Amino acid sequence: MNSSVSEASLELDYRELDRIIEEDYQNDKENLIMILQAIQKTYNYVPKPALAYLAVKIGVPVSQIYGVATFYSTFSLEPRGRNIISICLGTACHVRGGDRIRETLEDQLQVHDGQTTSDNRFTLESVRCIGCCSLGPVIKVNEEMHGRLKPDEIKTILSRYE
Amino acid sequence: MKITSIKDLDAIRQACFSRLYAPDGVKVNVGMASCGIAAGAKASYDRALQEFSSKTGISISQTGCIGFCEMEPLVEIVAQGKPRMMYHHLTEDKIVEAINGYLAKDYNKKWILGQMRDPLSLLEDDIANPQAKVQPVEGFPFLEDIPFYAKQTKIALRNCGYMDPDSITEYIARKGYYAFMQTLTMVPADIIKTVKTSGLRGRGGGGFPTGIKWETCAKHSGDRYIICNADEGDPGAYMDRSILEGDPHSVLEGMLIAALAIGSKQGFIYVRNEYPLAVKRLITAIKEAEKAGLLGDNIAGTPFSFHIKISRGAGAFVCGESTALMSSLEGNVGRPRAKYVHTVEKGFRDGPSNLNNVETYANVPPIILKGGAWYASMGTANSKGTKVFSLVGKVINTGLVEVPMGINLKDIVFGIGGGVPRKKEFKAVQTGGPSGGCIPARMMDLPVDYQKLAEVGSIMGSGGMIVMDRDTCMVDLARYFLDFLKEESCGQCNPCREGIKQMLEILTNICQGNGKDGDIELLEELGVMIQRFSLCGLGTSAPNPVLTTILYFRNEYESHIRDKKCPAGVCKPLFHYEIDPETCTGCRSCAKKCPQEAITGDKKKPHSLDQSKCIKCGICYDTCKFDAIVIR
Repeated sequence: MNSSVSEASLELDYRELDRIIEEDYQNDKENLIMILQAIQKTYNYVPKPALAYLAVKIGVPVSQIYGVATFYSTFSLEPRGRNIISICLGTACHVRGGDRIRETLEDQLQVHDGQTTSDNRFTLESVRCIGCCSLGPVIKVNEEMHGRLKPDEIKTILSRYE
Repeated sequence: MKITSIKDLDAIRQACFSRLYAPDGVKVNVGMASCGIAAGAKASYDRALQEFSSKTGISISQTGCIGFCEMEPLVEIVAQGKPRMMYHHLTEDKIVEAINGYLAKDYNKKWILGQMRDPLSLLEDDIANPQAKVQPVEGFPFLEDIPFYAKQTKIALRNCGYMDPDSITEYIARKGYYAFMQTLTMVPADIIKTVKTSGLRGRGGGGFPTGIKWETCAKHSGDRYIICNADEGDPGAYMDRSILEGDPHSVLEGMLIAALAIGSKQGFIYVRNEYPLAVKRLITAIKEAEKAGLLGDNIAGTPFSFHIKISRGAGAFVCGESTALMSSLEGNVGRPRAKYVHTVEKGFRDGPSNLNNVETYANVPPIILKGGAWYASMGTANSKGTKVFSLVGKVINTGLVEVPMGINLKDIVFGIGGGVPRKKEFKAVQTGGPSGGCIPARMMDLPVDYQKLAEVGSIMGSGGMIVMDRDTCMVDLARYFLDFLKEESCGQCNPCREGIKQMLEILTNICQGNGKDGDIELLEELGVMIQRFSLCGLGTSAPNPVLTTILYFRNEYESHIRDKKCPAGVCKPLFHYEIDPETCTGCRSCAKKCPQEAITGDKKKPHSLDQSKCIKCGICYDTCKFDAIVIR
């Protein structure tokens, strides 16, 4: 995985972590999944040192937290690119040519599902149905949706994201 | 203001009437669900605001999705005493002109989907239709008469697209929270009896009778929990998202009624992380309901207290299974457990837990207000009421449709859906998501209900209905679903973890041209084994897509294995494109688009395709208007 942010050099902001864990989620272990989501939102991924810190704070073994963080597909334990491309591989997108869109993306970015481009510009992630089936095939770049896609439109769309 | 009685609701309702149905000025309602926004509704909304916000007499408002997703962005324009016009594909470049046209009574025919005859919901039968006295404009169809809407009956979707989802006032104006207020004066057993009489069954997939579930849960003692499954995981189904984004209060009201009936103080909504807008609208709805005294402690001045917490999932399909969902709610890995003890007895935090999905809860308030017998009067012997389907894939009118149970597939796919685009040959419809099956074209007279779908090897599921034409390869589709399920299997039990993987390997081989005699039989054998011995519903239903495609499309499997051909032109090693010189007009469209420059030929002369350069991307096939690119 190419990355300019190495784990060792990453300084975790523990005050921010405390705010998430204590204020937003009351140190409640039932909120573990949402705490991890908030951490990922802050750092764009879930840094491993945060897992250990979280374990102490909410009283759950770090092994169990690691289990949760790796079980759910939302979480990334690796740093991700500046732009996240979510390609929908739901059934409606699949029958309308979603695979061709995926191939085109993989070809143009030279990465596979879950990987980040060497310049950290894009991370390609597949998702199973975003729920915009009527517009299939669909991709989501960050929070923006692009629907009714054809493979030859991909290049133009990607050029809009730095 | 805290609401404590039906009188309070009446007052709010009266005050809001004009805002909804007879605004003084012109009101522009922009459909702003996720799909609308993706199609450009937000840009249209912003453009309209920018142009008209400083002008008096024009208000711009948001609504949920009215279901006809193909036509988005959908914008409705309404004024007192004037027709309610629904505009389609109203992107930002057109919206200002459309509004100005409406003001000048100059309606643009090309942009208008229809005029609405009656905007009231089926619950508002105590007031007169505000459009009744309005002279309709000639030459425009009524929205209710166009084929997409004509056969629909909206119960669960009654408010989606008709009101602002962020406004509790508008929900009340459409007779929201009346059912809950009524149940506050009922004994729990009577509420359950009404739901039982209605025949309502779980709309999330299982189809278990809702009333019986409530009754069983209420019998077990301990802290009881009301949980809403909003982890709509079936790819191709999005009605729950639409309800949460378009009418979140209906779900809260359904949960409140369940809480009263079962005796619960705490509710949870487990919602997919992929639905950020649904979460946002739910948060707003919960805050508004708390402010109005309809959620929280001592609701409506009674001793009844009920709180709802939103819990977000993190992308695991298996969490749609009840025990996995509850494990995930507790902050754990979402692994199902064997259900020797059902969750209505011991579920979340080991307490009796009632789990229903979004659509099920949304159906409850109308059942209370109009009676169980009214609901049961629709549908078939074993499936009552209506069901929302998401009609997607290779169909002209994609969107969400709510129809009475028992309607046949043909009426849905062709009547409402308008058939397959570009007049291509219709092949099959897939229902029930990865747990469902494919129903072939020759069975289109099949009435849709729980039992009939099961009889042909599929399931109702959550209501995804994916239409497929001749370009869909059924072997590839089966491979697609197993690939999905392999990723989503929690890995706990052997049959599912290993069995799906083996089936997928065989299918991948077949799709790559390495299939061999005996593969089909092996798939069938493995499929039956996985069905019988898996721990949870994911595994027991996983082979369905494979077994039904083998049952109905065995010839496609055979041509992959014996002739090494993919007739649909999907499995790349098993076909190539050719240009038919007879039909090719030499228009050069395909040649211009080919990324490999593999197509050559002079203008107005048949082109030729260089097989050594072709990567089978399919762009030429999609581009050609004359069907001159053929699959061989």
